[in-house]
Amino acid sequence: MNCPYGVRRESQKNMSLLQVRDLKTYFYTDAGVIKAVDRVSYDLKEGETLGLVGESGCGKSVGALSILRLIPNPPGKIVGGEAIFEGKDLLRISEDEIRQIRGNRIAMIFQEPMTSLNPVLTIGLQIAEALELHRGFDKKGARGEVARLLRMVGIPDAERRINDYPHQFSGGMCQRVMIAMGLSCNPKLLIADEPTTAVDVTIQAQLLEVIKELTSRLGTAVILITHNLGVVARHVNRMAVMYAGRMVEVGPSVEVYAHPRHPYTIGLLASVPRLDQPRKERLVPIDGQPPDLIHLPPGCPFLPRCSRRMERCSVEGPELREVGRDHMVSCWADID
Amino acid sequence: MTQAQNTNHTEKLVKNSEFKERGPIGEVFRRLSKRVTAMMGLVIVVLFFISALLAPHLAPHDPYEHSLAHKLATPSWDYPLGRDELGRCILSRIIYGARISLLIGLIVISIGIFIGVPIGVVSAYYGGKVDFIVQRFVDTMLAFPGILLALLLIAILGVGLHNVMIAVGISTIPIYARLARSSVLAMKARQFVEAARSIGASNLRIILQHLIPNSLSPIIVQSTLHMATAILWAAGLGFLGLGVSPPTAEWGAMLNGGRLYIRVAYHVATFPGLMIFITVLGFNLLGDGLRDALDPRLKT
Repeated sequence: MNCPYGVRRESQKNMSLLQVRDLKTYFYTDAGVIKAVDRVSYDLKEGETLGLVGESGCGKSVGALSILRLIPNPPGKIVGGEAIFEGKDLLRISEDEIRQIRGNRIAMIFQEPMTSLNPVLTIGLQIAEALELHRGFDKKGARGEVARLLRMVGIPDAERRINDYPHQFSGGMCQRVMIAMGLSCNPKLLIADEPTTAVDVTIQAQLLEVIKELTSRLGTAVILITHNLGVVARHVNRMAVMYAGRMVEVGPSVEVYAHPRHPYTIGLLASVPRLDQPRKERLVPIDGQPPDLIHLPPGCPFLPRCSRRMERCSVEGPELREVGRDHMVSCWADID
Repeated sequence: MTQAQNTNHTEKLVKNSEFKERGPIGEVFRRLSKRVTAMMGLVIVVLFFISALLAPHLAPHDPYEHSLAHKLATPSWDYPLGRDELGRCILSRIIYGARISLLIGLIVISIGIFIGVPIGVVSAYYGGKVDFIVQRFVDTMLAFPGILLALLLIAILGVGLHNVMIAVGISTIPIYARLARSSVLAMKARQFVEAARSIGASNLRIILQHLIPNSLSPIIVQSTLHMATAILWAAGLGFLGLGVSPPTAEWGAMLNGGRLYIRVAYHVATFPGLMIFITVLGFNLLGDGLRDALDPRLKT
């Protein structure tokens, strides 16, 4: 396949691309402070795909948006931590510098493809915007490149569709446009925030294939935010499970699937149907509700729903600790 | 179904769909043409523009040529709307008067839009203290009755066409500022704004490229309706003798001139008045129609 960009080099794979350390993003509301992301840390290597998993409101999206400083302020604020990307701390560089990174080195795809596109501009203009901002194209010169990008994400008759408006596209097609836009500047990292939630199942599979195929060809690392464990199993090298704004388990996805070490991960995996389990197996839901992020208990946030609780859990919250090769978990209990 | 088949299928669907070939303006016109009243408004407005632009070619006589011998002459074949108190052709003066009205309308709206919209957009986009200060200023301006504000400004700036336009224009600024603010407030929480920011667009670019084009439809509607108001105001100020200087053909001044002879020569005041009425009606009908045609909720 002819591709103007470099092919992924094996040697790059082990280099760390993004290091997030103790990221804290709080929302200051009238009701109190919501610790949407609380001391989250993870590493991402070049070309790697990380799945960020958790239920609604656990801080997956906020955590990812924080890296690009896209949190609306007020009420949100990144309170602490660092995010080292290509040697720079994204949380501390100037507004101009972060703008140079957004869309250029780190791109983002959002949940709702139909509303992520400006309804009054043609899709061609919108894709060209990133090219103008970061690759020095002018409006006319960008046309050919836009058509190439549209073909790349599998939009038929690309030259003609450049002049179409978003409402003339289906949801799946809009998301392909978003992918084209995201990859237009050959970013090192693509953050996909539940990219397939708003489209139906067959399109979901297609879109994920497109993302997987293109990012592996371009050597782009991916943070895939999702609450669909099936997606994670299929498309992700490593997975990170979040609960109540904290990271509860991180590890290679094969490892986490086979040997989950945190009661919450175990509960999550038990509550979805799996093809590798006997058919008759009953699904086991996790009891209780996710906690109120304003009034978190002092110890472990998962405590009220946990089946393995100990006395220690209500006193101090566990930190992430290594339990296997590259496999970290934040739980006092030793679960095998 | 393989992906190739699927995309082929989509392609066919797209080719067959009829809205495909139409741009956004064509689409608005199509929806506008479904309403009889809106089309009436459009016809009146178009005629108004034509008479303003082609006045020298359409007017049967020189609007300033007077003949005291024929003063207050009733309508005839040569002078279809009769002659005024100085024997000038009323039809010609009405046709030329459209130029002044059009000019006033356009300039007033331009002042309102070019000053009011940026104020409103910036206020809504940045929010917080900026918004608070700007909006209190706008509140203050809105608290004045428009005509009073205009009269006040004319008292300061002096009588004359330019000052009328500036005065009326300034009094419309807060209305556009409010309008732009409310549409941007609704718009800035939308995901495409976040998406634009995520590709590295600056604030200025987000405002110019994404927010303003999306806020245009209420502003277009408002400016059409405002055209009517501006014409009415200009005529009102002309009637009060605050507008153009006497010989100039202006509808409000003509109305005022004919007022004294209303008992002996009804046509001198009636026809300019009728013109004001029809033109204002035309713009209002068009504005109402546009409001429906541009309503995003009606888009399919």
